[in-house]
Amino acid sequence: MEKTPQTEPRQSWTFSNDVNSEIRRAAATGIYDIRGGGAKRRVPHFDDLLFLGASMSRYPLEGYREKCETSVTLGTRFAKKPIELKIPVTIAGMSFGSLSGPAKEALGRGATMAGTSTTTGDGGMTEEERGHSEMLVYQYLPSRYGMNPDDLRRADAIEVVVGQGAKPGGGGMLLGQKITERVAGMRDLPEGIDQRSACRHPDWTGPDDLEIKILELREITNWEKPIYIKIGGARPYYDTALAVKAGADVIVLDGMQGGTAATQDVFIEHVGQPTLACIRPAVQALQDLGMHREVQLVVSGGIRTGADVAKALALGADAVSIGTAALVALGDNDPKWEAEYQKLGTTTGAYDDWHEGLDPAGITTQDPELMARLDPEAAGRRLRNYLNVLTLECQTLARACGHNHVHNLEPEDLCALTMEAAAMAQVPLAGTNWYPGKPGF
Amino acid sequence: MSTTLNMTEINLREVNSTLQDAAKAQANAAYVIENPRGSHAVACGLDGPLTVTVKGSTGYYCAGMNKEAAITVEGSAGPGVAENMMSGVVTIEGDASQYAGATGHGGLLNIKGNASSRCGISMKGIDIVVHGNIGHMSAFMAQKGNLVVLGDAGDALGDSLYEARLFVRGTVKSLGADCIEKEMRPEHIALLTELLEKAGADAKPEEFKRYGSARKLYNFNIDHADAY
Repeated sequence: MEKTPQTEPRQSWTFSNDVNSEIRRAAATGIYDIRGGGAKRRVPHFDDLLFLGASMSRYPLEGYREKCETSVTLGTRFAKKPIELKIPVTIAGMSFGSLSGPAKEALGRGATMAGTSTTTGDGGMTEEERGHSEMLVYQYLPSRYGMNPDDLRRADAIEVVVGQGAKPGGGGMLLGQKITERVAGMRDLPEGIDQRSACRHPDWTGPDDLEIKILELREITNWEKPIYIKIGGARPYYDTALAVKAGADVIVLDGMQGGTAATQDVFIEHVGQPTLACIRPAVQALQDLGMHREVQLVVSGGIRTGADVAKALALGADAVSIGTAALVALGDNDPKWEAEYQKLGTTTGAYDDWHEGLDPAGITTQDPELMARLDPEAAGRRLRNYLNVLTLECQTLARACGHNHVHNLEPEDLCALTMEAAAMAQVPLAGTNWYPGKPGF
Repeated sequence: MSTTLNMTEINLREVNSTLQDAAKAQANAAYVIENPRGSHAVACGLDGPLTVTVKGSTGYYCAGMNKEAAITVEGSAGPGVAENMMSGVVTIEGDASQYAGATGHGGLLNIKGNASSRCGISMKGIDIVVHGNIGHMSAFMAQKGNLVVLGDAGDALGDSLYEARLFVRGTVKSLGADCIEKEMRPEHIALLTELLEKAGADAKPEEFKRYGSARKLYNFNIDHADAY
């Protein structure tokens, strides 16, 4: 007898295996999932933009022979000593505590060799990073862990952190297993407790107060240091305008793909806007105030390649900042640790439980044995190489568009592959002269 | 012999750079600031022994991040007085606005009048003595140090407290999450005696109650979620 044909088992798109596994995990533990990194969902990104290149109406620069400048000066508005970078890529703030001491040293080494700055994070400044970073930006965070005026004065710039792209409106959590004696001592907390980083500053509440806070920081540092304000990609037009009003020299704008050491997965994936959607409104705010290029804009969140760098600059940024990519360059999520990732229930590329302190690559840990796996000199060289590649790629694209400085890249050099990207970047959909929302259509 | 800096004649930058240079010189000099007129960031970032007397009231962040200097405000102080202080003594003869002594690491902040909300927020080792009352959410997430209040405390005292010690003589409107009353042992009486003496406060240590962390929220436990 012939068998009755049957349909293949059909998985639900709404209740996928991934979704169901999270429901089972939540049911078993009663607590939300905490992880590191940025948004993993697919969002419109720089991949959805293309450069047009030179043609009959533009002439290119010779790829290897003609000069294409990459230098950037940050902090020209008020600071007596602006920061001079050789390349338009900086290293984003990542805390000692979240990262090991050797990892911070490696970031400093790599950034310095490439001619750019690195940034502290929650928990204060370590000798490893100050000693190995020619240009070090000191983050001034809500928790003020490890905050002291001596470090403020020996920094090269100060970054007031209002928010970050992974969690605009949220604070942080460093779980007890990473609060070693040294980390606890720097943060004035007992060892082994879960350490909460506050979501807002303890002594100011809005842009009017922040203006006075910045006055105080400038008075304490003799008006020498550039003051950055870092904002998460929430309301980029108004947040940028208010940061200018509050007296920023530099605005750091971090989209939702920007990483964090640890927060709730639901927060990372459901709060904030994609980096691509944030740049044009921020640039528009600067232009409306007559401050574009006077107050520099640094964009972060999902920068991976020289093409990403070039596209961010073309949309109006002065520089970009990298965090996750820098960790990968150091050795994070390297396939050579696959067996150990498997033991932790994950796999290469997906490891994001940075808060647990068990990082096989020895980067997001305070465990001495794991930390010893990272050679800061070799890791620093890898970061230097990677930063050099980002810069060379960016230069290549700028020359192909006929520009002798990467800052001369402009929206006119771009088109978009999707309607969403066209709307967000406000550049024409490929093959058209139109983007959604374009005036006159 | 003191040097007078008159803020109707010189601006904030000149005042602060004069004081900062004098502090750095380690000469223990004395300065008087006249006509502060509520200016912000007066006498901030001093890094050395120096005596400063401010003749009048100040705005935000007076004596911010002070190290070693002795600063007296003969008036009231705006928000964030002595924020992130590292050492030294800051005395406010009048009242202090919100966030007094926020995130302070060390030294003594002596407020002769009242302090508003969030006094001692995130304090990290500073000693704060308030001769009057303090407002709501004081000592929020306070990590280390001592807060002494001769008067009453507002709502949610010591919410999400870590290891700071709170001593209140008057009433406490309510305690914040994980803050409880604790036993006053001899070592606390001795500590309080010393702090009251340093602050010139006329009170007996035995009149105070001590509050501190129950330490139940130190490591996240889903069974304690209702406490937040």
